[in-house]
Amino acid sequence: MSKVPADLKYTKSHEWVRALADGTVEVGITDHAQHALGDLVFVEVPEAGRAVKAGEPCAVVESVKAASDVYAPLAGEVTGGNGRLGGEPQVVNSDPYGEGWLMRLKPVAGALSGAALLTAAEYQRVLEAEGG
Amino acid sequence: MPQREQLIFEYSRAGRGASDQWPHEADPAALADLPAALRRAAPPQLPEVGELEAVRHFTRLSQLNFSIDTHFYPLGSCTMKYNPKACNQYAMLPEFLARHPLAPESSGQGLLACLYELQEMLKAVSGMEGVALSPMAGAHGEFAGVAMIRAYHRARGDLKRNEIIVPEAAHGTNPATATMCGCVVREIPIEPEGDVDVAALEAAVGPNTAGIMLTNPSTLGLFERRIEEVARIVHEAGGLLYYDGANLNAILGKVRPGDMGFDVIHMNLHKTFSTPHGGGGPGAGAVGVGARLVPFLPVPLVGREGERYRWLTEADLPQSIGRLSAFMGNTGVLLRAYIYMRLLGREGMQSVGEYATLNANYLMARLRAAGFDVPYPRRRAGHEFIVTLKRQARELNVTAMDFAKRLLDYGFHAPTTYFPLLVPECLLIEPTETESKDVLDAFVSAMSQIQKEAEQEPARVTTAPHTMPVRRLDDVRAARQLDLTWKPTPP
Repeated sequence: MSKVPADLKYTKSHEWVRALADGTVEVGITDHAQHALGDLVFVEVPEAGRAVKAGEPCAVVESVKAASDVYAPLAGEVTGGNGRLGGEPQVVNSDPYGEGWLMRLKPVAGALSGAALLTAAEYQRVLEAEGG
Repeated sequence: MPQREQLIFEYSRAGRGASDQWPHEADPAALADLPAALRRAAPPQLPEVGELEAVRHFTRLSQLNFSIDTHFYPLGSCTMKYNPKACNQYAMLPEFLARHPLAPESSGQGLLACLYELQEMLKAVSGMEGVALSPMAGAHGEFAGVAMIRAYHRARGDLKRNEIIVPEAAHGTNPATATMCGCVVREIPIEPEGDVDVAALEAAVGPNTAGIMLTNPSTLGLFERRIEEVARIVHEAGGLLYYDGANLNAILGKVRPGDMGFDVIHMNLHKTFSTPHGGGGPGAGAVGVGARLVPFLPVPLVGREGERYRWLTEADLPQSIGRLSAFMGNTGVLLRAYIYMRLLGREGMQSVGEYATLNANYLMARLRAAGFDVPYPRRRAGHEFIVTLKRQARELNVTAMDFAKRLLDYGFHAPTTYFPLLVPECLLIEPTETESKDVLDAFVSAMSQIQKEAEQEPARVTTAPHTMPVRRLDDVRAARQLDLTWKPTPP
């Protein structure tokens, strides 16, 4: 059973969002997503300063099975990507909700409250509907 | 059990070689022309082996291959059908092999006639108005096709059409092609029974729609039942329809993409028309187009004037998207496809799709009867179908990859694994029309045997293969630590 921490928000496309104290958010892929992809061999994260729209592909995760886009869960400006993943993509597999974060975003005004993000319980139901 | 074959560098001994094959000593005067900066300071590290050692090494390597000539090769989406030896034999005639691509047309009328007839036959089977043979692979043909769609809109001054719609069940290369051609990809979902979600398509089309890329049957092996409706919606929105020929084998001789409403198609001659492939080519991705796109075809084409054939170039097609290869694509591959089509004849061509789908549906029915799950049980297969091992993965902890590896021990090349991504733990199985019932039955027996092993001694399956020269490779480590250079072990 995949882990779905209660304190995070989620998307149907299997990203998670953590609100940080400074008003920015941290974004990564869920435990279910890393498990479905398998061992990652390449991760590409966006550069700081890039403006992203909600739903826009902004990072790439690649395993021996598949390459997949990661979508921005909400509109904002990238404040930084997790540089460590360039050399150690496996961190996303071992710690998807912690050290394996992909990027940090400064949401545009109102984006965090306005975005159609899922609660942990809602995301859990998405997983159940997918048979995962 | 085949032995692991060493690298040729490991056979190397200083001073060994085949002296009669060494190159002549270079003329010192010729060397003097070479700037010092471009000359080697030290000789290259090449293996030093005798002729017999080289012959044995490469012969042994070739014997480690799984190939169509040695094994059943049901690699879904790839159409690994038998390549008749006659195609190779005639394409290897010295008059074809030794012809220089810049030789005058007057000395190559035979070759030009073959290529002209190939264009005509491909037009006839696809229902298109024009065919260009020069793209050298499927992806190259896709590039040509979408480039023509863009050129068409541009020529009409309709500059904002830059969106290509791609259904989830399209061939995997389609989004990459659209992006390479400077388009934006809009993905649309499919319905539970595998057809394109027509409501989503209607919502997606508009004044920015350049076109849609479809495979029919789709990558799920399912025929798109509402294709005429899809064509109407896209055409009414001002877009064009692109047919990815990846799965053309399913419908060859039965339905023509031109009749379904497609405006442009690429045909993988190395799949449907049986030229050798795998191992990187060379392929051939001929493109066919409806009347609207004929002016934009890549050059050269072959034209006929009376009894004479000649190359058609930019002078004949000023709106052409240009040249995609230095000369006429992979001419040797085109010849093999031409001979294959001549050998089949019109009637033979019509039975390709029939036998390809019959074999796939027979194999699917037998595997279902043996207890395997298919994701679309109410649908008939095209030329290929999917088995999902989701239940085995959950209940027995034995995955699609484990089944694939164990099949090697039973003497079968594995089907395509984990593609399409829509279906978890999947095997995409395409037997093609050239396999006999005996072979298909043997494959079912092997799958049933592996299922029994998975239930009774799963480690036998999860640690397979056991009879190959190498065991299961660490593909994750290989991808993370790329190490492709042989270096001598220090003594």
